Amino acid sequence: MPKKDYVIQVKNLTKSYGENNVLKGIDLNVERGTMLALLGPNGAGKTTTVRILSTLLKFDGGSVMVEGYDVAKDADKVRSVIGLTGQSAAVDELLTGRENLVMMGRLYRLTKRSAIARANELLEEFDLLDAADRPAKTYSGGMRRRLDLAVSLIATPPVIFLDEPTTGLDPRSRIAMWDIIKKLMANGTTILLTTQYLEEADQLADQIIVIDGGKVIAEGTAKELKGKVGKDRLELAFANEKALAAAQKALGAGVVSVDEKEHSVTIAINDTNEDVKSALDTLSKQKIELIAMAVHKPTLDDVFLSLTGKQKKGDK
Amino acid sequence: MAVQLEFVKKPKVVLAFIDSLIMVKRSSQHIIRNTDQLLGTFFQPIMFLVLFAAVFGGAVAAALPQGVSYLNFLMAGIIVQTVSFGSTTTAIAVCNDLQKGIVDRFRSLPMANLAVLNGHVISDLFRNSISTVVMLLAGLVIGFRSNATLMEWLAIAGIILLFTLAFSWLSAIVGVLAKSVEGVQWLTFIIIFPLTFASSAFVPTASMTPVLKAFAENQPITHVVEAVRSLMLGTPSGGHITMSIIWCVAILIVAVPVASWLFRRKTSH
Repeated sequence: MPKKDYVIQVKNLTKSYGENNVLKGIDLNVERGTMLALLGPNGAGKTTTVRILSTLLKFDGGSVMVEGYDVAKDADKVRSVIGLTGQSAAVDELLTGRENLVMMGRLYRLTKRSAIARANELLEEFDLLDAADRPAKTYSGGMRRRLDLAVSLIATPPVIFLDEPTTGLDPRSRIAMWDIIKKLMANGTTILLTTQYLEEADQLADQIIVIDGGKVIAEGTAKELKGKVGKDRLELAFANEKALAAAQKALGAGVVSVDEKEHSVTIAINDTNEDVKSALDTLSKQKIELIAMAVHKPTLDDVFLSLTGKQKKGDK
Repeated sequence: MAVQLEFVKKPKVVLAFIDSLIMVKRSSQHIIRNTDQLLGTFFQPIMFLVLFAAVFGGAVAAALPQGVSYLNFLMAGIIVQTVSFGSTTTAIAVCNDLQKGIVDRFRSLPMANLAVLNGHVISDLFRNSISTVVMLLAGLVIGFRSNATLMEWLAIAGIILLFTLAFSWLSAIVGVLAKSVEGVQWLTFIIIFPLTFASSAFVPTASMTPVLKAFAENQPITHVVEAVRSLMLGTPSGGHITMSIIWCVAILIVAVPVASWLFRRKTSH
């Protein structure tokens, strides 16, 4: 069997700020031409990991190799093979979209002619041609993100880091962004994406690593992870504690979580029609009155619930 | 992908120089795009010149050397004052870059990071030169006259440019250290304001209290003002030209490495 071609190799990566251990030994590998999604809540260490991998941050222990270069020793070489799109769109607001692209292209060491030609190509590809000669400060959030991503692609680096590329975007812009990212993947670019959205990782990534509190808590394909999480969820809310307790007893092993405050229980369901019907039948047989119900897809909360057995920590 | 990409292959030093040129272009584009600042570049110097000449002219006239009009006396002072305040744009620009995450973008590129500072400092020279020329023209309109020769004008230009460069680098330090643009404005205000007013920029130092006089006569702004003034009025420079150059070069020798070191440190947390 041929040895796997890993473009990004991270071994036992640690980083702390004083007493605060942000990364407690992260391992990850990304194969050439694939996408790895780093999934986790705010404060899990996603952005710290990306900042280390893209040479912006020093790390304390472990090793990080990108495209064969050691991030700790060959930062300049690493910079010439990566593109980074951060959480806040890092473009020059006073320059136009085109000027931003050409400038960054030149800083990537492209010749002037190449930078101009490539800028034009990207503006067209990212649907920014109409706005190309307007200052970036006049752009909408979605346009800014697209420009930011275009900037990181100006020299067609083989490795791209996308740090929460769709956080804060409206659904339409998010889907437009996904389409662009899918095209990138079709070109064989190796991508490391961070996200808080299970759906995003599911849509895009070949492999998913779930991190929490600076540690990897699960990894696998979207399908494998979802298998662990279960299928859809049915949430049932009751009028009072008595009804809640009765329902908990009646539904038995199917209950995945209980919210005492809201008097609600959540059960995992495999088949929406059958399982909802049987749950409702069970409740009505026992004369337990239901005040609300909802079916939803597994969320990041559910992933964390089933992987760690605790609720996702509050936003930090 | 249709476009075939070609890369510039040159020694590292040359590439770093090209990076600086690219950053100078960027910062200079900012001068033109930032309309508020552009208005300041043109109108503030004219306003200061006219106001000071009108307000202080009568009161100060008696303290001036025989045959020197206040406007002719003021010109050097007001130019140096405008340029001092103008150099704080570097601090604001550096601080802005650091706040807005664009420095992270630059740092993820295979470029020389200090080019960011070079860009702001050099474009500050451009902007301040525009201010100075505007002020001189406005001065000519309202009655400023000078007997300086071409060589003397070149010397004036040289001193002002050197002084701007020195103060822009000082300003770069403030820009890196400040936590916000408001902070920059405060810091530069409490540094530049006393320096320009406790000097011979607007009035002769003769009437100042002994302590203030001692400070005023030995600080860089007075030397620069007196050097420019003597060249404009054709009076003996009394060592001020030499002292100006020594001060500016000394500031540069300290400020350039300090600003660069602070910038590097701030951007590699």
